[in-house]
Amino acid sequence: MLYLTSVFAALPKEEPLRIAVCVKQVPDTTDVKINPETNTLVREGVASILNPFDEYAVEEALQLREKHGGEVHVITMGPPQAVEVLKQAVAMGADKAYLVSDRAFAGADTLATAYTLALTLRTLGDLDLVICGKQAIDGDTAQVGPGIATRMGMPQLTYVAKVKEVDPQAKRIVVERLLEHGRETVESRLPALLTVVKDINKPRPVSLMGIRKASRAEIPVLTAAAVGADENRIGLKGSPTWVTKVFSPEARGGGGEILKGDLPEAVSALADRIMNTKFVK
Amino acid sequence: MAELIIDKETCTGCEACVPVCPFGALSMGDDGTAVVDEKCTFCGACVDVCPVGAITLIKDEKAARTPEAGEYKDVWVFIEHEDGKVSPVSFELLGEGAILARDLGCRLCGMLFTDPEHVEAFAAEAVAYGAETVYVMESPLLGSYRTDPYARAAVDLIRKHKPEIVLFGATTQGRDFAGTVATTLEAGLTADCTGLAIDPETKNLKQTRPAFGGNIMATILDYPQYRPQMSTVRPKVFAMPPRDPSRQGQVVREPLAMTEDEVRTKVLEFVRGEETVNLADAEIIISGGRGVGCGENFKVLQELADTLKAAVGASRAAVDAGWIPYHHQVGQTGRTVRPKIYFACGISGSVQHQAGMKTSDVIVAINKDPEAPIFQIATYGIVGDLFQVVPMLTQEFKKRLGR
Repeated sequence: MLYLTSVFAALPKEEPLRIAVCVKQVPDTTDVKINPETNTLVREGVASILNPFDEYAVEEALQLREKHGGEVHVITMGPPQAVEVLKQAVAMGADKAYLVSDRAFAGADTLATAYTLALTLRTLGDLDLVICGKQAIDGDTAQVGPGIATRMGMPQLTYVAKVKEVDPQAKRIVVERLLEHGRETVESRLPALLTVVKDINKPRPVSLMGIRKASRAEIPVLTAAAVGADENRIGLKGSPTWVTKVFSPEARGGGGEILKGDLPEAVSALADRIMNTKFVK
Repeated sequence: MAELIIDKETCTGCEACVPVCPFGALSMGDDGTAVVDEKCTFCGACVDVCPVGAITLIKDEKAARTPEAGEYKDVWVFIEHEDGKVSPVSFELLGEGAILARDLGCRLCGMLFTDPEHVEAFAAEAVAYGAETVYVMESPLLGSYRTDPYARAAVDLIRKHKPEIVLFGATTQGRDFAGTVATTLEAGLTADCTGLAIDPETKNLKQTRPAFGGNIMATILDYPQYRPQMSTVRPKVFAMPPRDPSRQGQVVREPLAMTEDEVRTKVLEFVRGEETVNLADAEIIISGGRGVGCGENFKVLQELADTLKAAVGASRAAVDAGWIPYHHQVGQTGRTVRPKIYFACGISGSVQHQAGMKTSDVIVAINKDPEAPIFQIATYGIVGDLFQVVPMLTQEFKKRLGR
């Protein structure tokens, strides 16, 4: 008996997983420039991309589906053109995508955004896992993932660098989290929400077939009414915070001192300056 | 729904509003007047700049749940700890929190969750760095950070004692924690603040933070209907206040209303990183990029790092090439760091890399290419081969420091 149990325990589980991935369209900051005259961000002609961390989230969902079977649903909240990032996720291999879009969502901060995304996830039925990137590169807050988990009543596993085990039948997951001082292995109940770091995988390139599939994909647009949102909790109205002022960061003293002369001289001059900072202890 | 209205009759088509929009939501329409699109976040930057007053911003009435005046008071700092030590960022926040408390005329308090073994020592440290009162929950469940029991503890404590401001370190722990606490409390939370101040008139907390990879700064306020005002702040943004062990403070204990079986996660193992100095704590970082050429060559940087007691960082190019592990990566898809001195060796300095390091106090660029963008933000630069410059620099510092 004991022998049999251990054999069964060693067998790979083939319980299908229902996974949802939350993604965001962000400006490709490679192209962001400051207009030196007005000192503002030039966003004209700046390409929009799938948030890089979300690409790892989509990839992880696809890899888990390949291992366990199941479905990968991708959602994003944004203006109509954000559909492009959903198409990219579908081209990578996601089964279904949904655009949550409504003028009433405009001006949402992280609290209102997490509320809206959590409502949307609820319309997808029972989920085993929700996966997000660790943060979006435009806002850099890392707050929406924990916000969604809290709203959904799911445990949150942030900064995940590796999914070690998933057992949907036993409702259990083991992951490795990348922290400042090391790696933490955590076991959690399912369903759970994961936010992932770059270390977790290598996103697959989009195939030609994938692009064809994405171009044919029907992507429903969900409005505030469709997800059953309370108008007091979405958009600017549902946001506790507001941006009162935006300005350019202080420029770094416009090009510093290039130390010239022959190399030993330059190195010695550099060492002088660094010793003078008193930061070397 | 909030709305930005541009009066077509009044608009003169001067285009003054177009470049000031940080979100690129304004453009000139076919009829020569300004039009706004869905990228608008209703920040109002354009309203102030319009010379003819053609732009009106209509904000919604907020739900009527304004707290009573004085209902929320005091400045709280989350006393974070790891591995039996209070994280330095908590002391830095006590230093900054003291200024906010002074400007508000209220108390500065610590919020501490730990096991019975550490509670006395941690509370004493918080007091020594300026906390007048430390609110404490002690339980074996709170020994090391886990989201569930910490969030329960904080939510219960904040609901009961109603602080006006709560500050957290923007560490992995603090970000994980603050995000869930703010959601349960339905409070505002502003990430990665680099400046905090009390508005002298309204007494609201002005939170300034970088956005778009540091390309713009934004000052953020919480509507008065939402309290507490919560912020996370990265380590080393604020100065470490002096420690005074003779300070006296009060410790207020509250029980944790949770049992182990209610906690949904379990930490199975923690493996400490091999690095003696990690990027988050480092005062000095020596980073290498594409110019380093291969993994083996990082040794050259490591020697300088050892001499200066610094951490080794890397650009994305070096990490993607497999020369050094990801946890060394500095930049947009890696870590954001703010050391006293940042050495960029063989790093060209892409916008993404700069986003992760450009707030360093001193930036030293060492690169063969005099045109490399890194020189534009460097405090000091040497145009030269890093394999010559770095070893010479190591020798120079060894000599001067007697190491």
